[in-house]
Amino acid sequence: MALNLNPNLSEAGKRYFSAYSPGDDFYELLIGAHRDLSDEQSELLNARLILLLANHIGDIGTLREALAVAREGV
Amino acid sequence: MLKTYTYPKYDYRTPPEVGSDKTLKAPVVIVGAGPVGLGMALDLDLQGIPVLLLDEDDTVSIGSRGVCYAKRALEILDRYGVGEVVCAKGVSWNVGRTFFRESEVYNFNLVPEPDHHRPGMVNLQQYYLEEYLVTRASSRPGIDLRWKNKVVSVAQTDKGVTLTVETPDGIYTVEADWLIAADGARSPIRRMLGLEVEGKIFMDRFLIADVVMKADFPAERWFWFDPPFHPNQSVLLHKQTDSVFRIDFQLGWDADPEEEKKPENVIPRIKAMLGDEREFELEWVSVYTFQCRRMGRFNHGRVLFVGDAAHQVSPFGARGANSGLQDADNLGWKLKLVMEGKAPARLLESYSEERVYAADENLMNSTRSTDFITPKSRASRTFRNAILSLAKDHAFGRSLVNSGRLSVPSFLVESSLNTPDEDGFAGRMLPGAPIDDAPVAKDGLPGWLLQSTGNRFQLMVFVDDPATTDTSALSQLNVGGIPVEPLLVSRTAATSSALPCVHDVRGIAAQRYDARPGTSYLIRPDQHVAARWRQIDAEKVRAAVARATCQQ
Repeated sequence: MALNLNPNLSEAGKRYFSAYSPGDDFYELLIGAHRDLSDEQSELLNARLILLLANHIGDIGTLREALAVAREGV
Repeated sequence: MLKTYTYPKYDYRTPPEVGSDKTLKAPVVIVGAGPVGLGMALDLDLQGIPVLLLDEDDTVSIGSRGVCYAKRALEILDRYGVGEVVCAKGVSWNVGRTFFRESEVYNFNLVPEPDHHRPGMVNLQQYYLEEYLVTRASSRPGIDLRWKNKVVSVAQTDKGVTLTVETPDGIYTVEADWLIAADGARSPIRRMLGLEVEGKIFMDRFLIADVVMKADFPAERWFWFDPPFHPNQSVLLHKQTDSVFRIDFQLGWDADPEEEKKPENVIPRIKAMLGDEREFELEWVSVYTFQCRRMGRFNHGRVLFVGDAAHQVSPFGARGANSGLQDADNLGWKLKLVMEGKAPARLLESYSEERVYAADENLMNSTRSTDFITPKSRASRTFRNAILSLAKDHAFGRSLVNSGRLSVPSFLVESSLNTPDEDGFAGRMLPGAPIDDAPVAKDGLPGWLLQSTGNRFQLMVFVDDPATTDTSALSQLNVGGIPVEPLLVSRTAATSSALPCVHDVRGIAAQRYDARPGTSYLIRPDQHVAARWRQIDAEKVRAAVARATCQQ
């Protein structure tokens, strides 16, 4: 499974009238999850989230690619 | 200080009621002659309702203020008779560019689709828009526009509203059947009635400057995150008409508004941004904060709230004046039907229902933009900058960049006025949608579909050839005193048609409406879809009009 770098977010049963809406829905959830957390707590949340999503993706080849892309820009 | 624009001063005239015992009776009073109040007056004028429009001042908005007028607002302004002059004077643009630090990371095009009459956005200083609307309103005998008339008290019963109006020559009393408050974010009417508006204030300050300069910046919206000339903050550049540029600098909450407004502090910021010694002059400077909030409902008995009086959003996305004009668009026809007894007062509940829905969408989008542009925590800033760093190379990153989601009309898909689909349709012209424009010909002359719609209920019927279509069911369609006017959209050039007809010259209308011969759309007076079918069925049309006007 090649790493998908195109917009890929959507929610079942939801109809979007603007292309940006699903991404904005997700971003609001993401930032909302960090509300009222200290910087340290936020770091822990991010780490837990990455581990959860990695397990969900499952394919280590995809994860390797994602890690490389993420690292390029740091 | 202002160099490109001379503010008109409108004549105050002593109202005949001042100094007499005479109470002025008016079917509708609108308070506030800003873009929304003026639009509201013109909308009701199109509906044949006489209007008393009161404003406490005698000129237009000071400073450019609202700058961006979106496609849907322009289409509404077309109905009001000022769309052409606004588009001719304004700067039309579709492309927005977003920069992060030194490089462009993202750009968007607001109208990816050709064949619409109006562009995605027109930039025009608010004072021009107001001036054009005033000129138009002043030419309408049904609109009594009174400057320097300030409402100082308001009381309502279930029959109407009594207002005390103060003028330079004294006070007088108005008894109105209906009052429309278009008196802005601080709405004195709202305050006098003791009504609440809820939401939050954002802890940030922005410096806004109108700058006159000869610059060859293209007509595009440029947005910078963390640029070298203004580190850690955002900057927005917009081109307006008359070589005026709008520049908006994020300052942070701790900035001192009085200090920041001083030219000796503003000018270095602009010089740093321009990066060279080109000449410019400051026209207008202000420091603002903003709130995102709305009233719980927009109708309170005989008082209806429109525009900023009802809801306020952050400026990111140009959703203020644009949504206010859509309030007027939504309210005019409903109030007329209620006033004429052709629809129950319940129809005005749907004004609140539909426009609260739209306001929530606007609040959501402008709040999201604000949260992206001005992150409030370290985690939020890290994610924001991560998106910007991914955006340059990866499409998914670009889709998450939010430098303002520019005003688009709401699809009122949850409205109780819609008749749910029975037939299958593709595309996005579903019940509750604002209708799409398309190039058509009328009487052999090129024009636009939207020009043949608006102000009344219409049944838009797609046909192959009007001459060979049985349209007997379409004449004399009338539902409880509400006429439904047919509009044939013909695939072929009509040789003769007894009914109003446009020629879908390139088949674009049929494509956008997923239409086949016989497909019919019930269109509301505010150019929204109320219902649609695959064939002409007068009974179903009647039921749908009844539903769209709360008669059932």
